[in-house]
Amino acid sequence: MATATTTTLARAPTFLDEVIAATPGDPHLELCLQCGTCGGSCPSGPDMDHTPRHLFALIAAGMKDEVLRSNTPWYCVSCYYCMARCPQEIHITDLMYTLKRMAIQEGLYRESSAAEAPEFSETFIDLVENYGRSFELGLATRHYLRHHPLGVVKMAPMALDLLRKGRMDLTPRRIKKIDQLKAILAKARELGGAA
Amino acid sequence: MKYGYYPGCSLERNAIAYHKSAMAVAAPLEIEFVEVEDWNCCGATEYITVDLLGAHALVGRNLALAAQQPDNGHQLVAPCSACFLNLSKTDRYMLDSPELAEKVNAALAAGGLHYTPGSVRVRHLLDVIVNDVGYDAVAEKVTRPLQGLRVAPYYGCLIVRPGYQGVFDDPEYPTSLDKLMRTLGAKVVDFPLKTHCCGGHMTQISQSTAFELIRRLLKNAADYDADVIVTLCPMCQLNLDAYQDAVNRHFKTDYHIPILYFTQLMGLAFGIPPKELGIGKEFVDARPALAKVGAEAPAPEAPRRKRRPKEALPMPRMPEEE
Repeated sequence: MATATTTTLARAPTFLDEVIAATPGDPHLELCLQCGTCGGSCPSGPDMDHTPRHLFALIAAGMKDEVLRSNTPWYCVSCYYCMARCPQEIHITDLMYTLKRMAIQEGLYRESSAAEAPEFSETFIDLVENYGRSFELGLATRHYLRHHPLGVVKMAPMALDLLRKGRMDLTPRRIKKIDQLKAILAKARELGGAA
Repeated sequence: MKYGYYPGCSLERNAIAYHKSAMAVAAPLEIEFVEVEDWNCCGATEYITVDLLGAHALVGRNLALAAQQPDNGHQLVAPCSACFLNLSKTDRYMLDSPELAEKVNAALAAGGLHYTPGSVRVRHLLDVIVNDVGYDAVAEKVTRPLQGLRVAPYYGCLIVRPGYQGVFDDPEYPTSLDKLMRTLGAKVVDFPLKTHCCGGHMTQISQSTAFELIRRLLKNAADYDADVIVTLCPMCQLNLDAYQDAVNRHFKTDYHIPILYFTQLMGLAFGIPPKELGIGKEFVDARPALAKVGAEAPAPEAPRRKRRPKEALPMPRMPEEE
């Protein structure tokens, strides 16, 4: 449905159309009533520079740069409270992921107050692509060394406790058919884009 | 009852106690879990942040492998809430969007795989235990009721919301875990924040945001005099348990609430030795709480080190063998 709307448009796609088209399924974003149930339900709302409701108004107004510079999607904790409560059944959490991807593509996340969040995700997926499984020690070390070199000292006791309790691996685990997974992910990247 | 089983990365290590206890209670309940051969990471909340199609292809490989398993009843059980969400989400959106399904399958074809959306039903472990096994069958196995143990039932977010393949409990105020804990003989306290967020990955992105969410949950459980918070997700367990000390320092509070998996409490009530349930892997010592029900839990495996004198040089330590 989302793609159907964009292909049948007589006018040039607006930012709202772009966001909808980049989100799988039908996210119902155009139905937002501005009721504010989402922001009122959001556990990290106080740390966001726009509530989800406000962000959706900015999207409808076509204020792309303002939206993609916002820290809002990066402070979304993916708890789906807003999505469960939205009277218009807007797929709010999915839309936050769409906005994160768009902010990365446009490079605008660097101007938000959550500038290091995308690199955390990128480090995570880099490890998954190489091993097929997540590797907490590698992820934490790389992330902290890059962004909080002093934080390594603070986090080290917890990491050591996790290691000593057998709750963290020293080395990553690689799946057997890592080449198969790499081929799948390479093909996915080549096909790219949303559906 | 036979199911496909997708442990996910956390259950291999960080949440090894969850895996051990799940296996320990599955046997007496006559549940057979067949692990998906050579499964890969579900992508957590990170993959989809960067690459939409890649995220669904990553999950698609797991679904395709699960669909190939013989005799799993077309059901795949995930004990981790995030894995449960991601597996069911990809299946749902492949069903909703034929265009996405086509692209995911084009990617999977590069690895010789194919997934027909709708062919695997993804279930959370709690759902299987309360709905397939049932409270009565669980009650029959209880030999050491958890009499007097005050339990705060913590569901977290993803198993009740948004329900990409339907929901098995209320998205705001679920009660299945409450009922299960009562079946074990425990005293279930009211826990109004039972479906609030543990902070997820925010401990890595913005600690103050995450710590506030963790603090709220600990306070809520403490307000109702809970001896233990029982959880069903590795992320919730890690955030509430491993960060409890840091949260206490941050807010100058003094919470000591052990965080156990629901399968660990089931195992204790079934009379399974605590060691076989991974008890002792937790950061916040569960022994005082478990002593109330006469369970002699092993000492935590790594008692907190004495703080070294400031002038001492930091010495490397090797992890002990399991």
